[in-house]
Amino acid sequence: MKASTHTSIALVNKTAPYGQANGQESLDLALAAGSFGQDLSLFFIEDGVFQLLAKQAPACIEVKNYSKTFAALEFYDIEHIYVCSDSLKARNLEPKNLCIELEVLSKKDLQQRLSQHQHILSF
Amino acid sequence: MASFSLLITKPSFDAQDAYSAYRFAVAALKLQHRLKGIFFYQAGVHNSNAFQTGHSDELNLHQKWLALAKTHNVPLLVCVTAANRRGIINQQDAVELDIEHFNLSAPFTEVGLGDLVELLNASDRVLQF
Repeated sequence: MKASTHTSIALVNKTAPYGQANGQESLDLALAAGSFGQDLSLFFIEDGVFQLLAKQAPACIEVKNYSKTFAALEFYDIEHIYVCSDSLKARNLEPKNLCIELEVLSKKDLQQRLSQHQHILSF
Repeated sequence: MASFSLLITKPSFDAQDAYSAYRFAVAALKLQHRLKGIFFYQAGVHNSNAFQTGHSDELNLHQKWLALAKTHNVPLLVCVTAANRRGIINQQDAVELDIEHFNLSAPFTEVGLGDLVELLNASDRVLQF
């Protein structure tokens, strides 16, 4: 973890994109926290891993493709991004199917990493 | 004594979550913990809608929040983007957008997500409902 005077915040994304607004509003919060120089980590678990899929085309349901913004996270100094390998496997997905490079952790390691954060918000 | 903040992401009527948050707030204040602020995000912004007029013999959580803020001076912060997306606007926005009515007013305050980040930094514990 990088040194910071701020408290550490974890955003846990556990719902698929578009069916609900959770993913988009979680990302909005991530960008706001990032621009405040916050010590922030993003976790993608359960159906939340679907948010990371490459080649999303939600224009056919008249929704903005917010997954394109994931590529901009590094410019907000948001470098701690984790995806659950168990959740990927359960959905027959692999890291190569995802739109950004990120750290793949087992459920157990992910829980351990999550416990290091002061505040945990879930979307 | 600990300092708490609440993040409310569920609406006032459709689910019990926001009422549970209210009960937590009352209990925490009774035990003399500090409540730094209550932030309404996602569908939680519906709590701030002043046009909630249910039956008179039913709970009106909006009114409960108003009373809590008045009695204990707790800031009620509403994400402006999330609110506007869900048809909740204050007087200034209504004037600027040429909309006849508005349904968000003090003590509920329109703020940005940066205010939530500041609230997180200022609190020992944050509970999400």
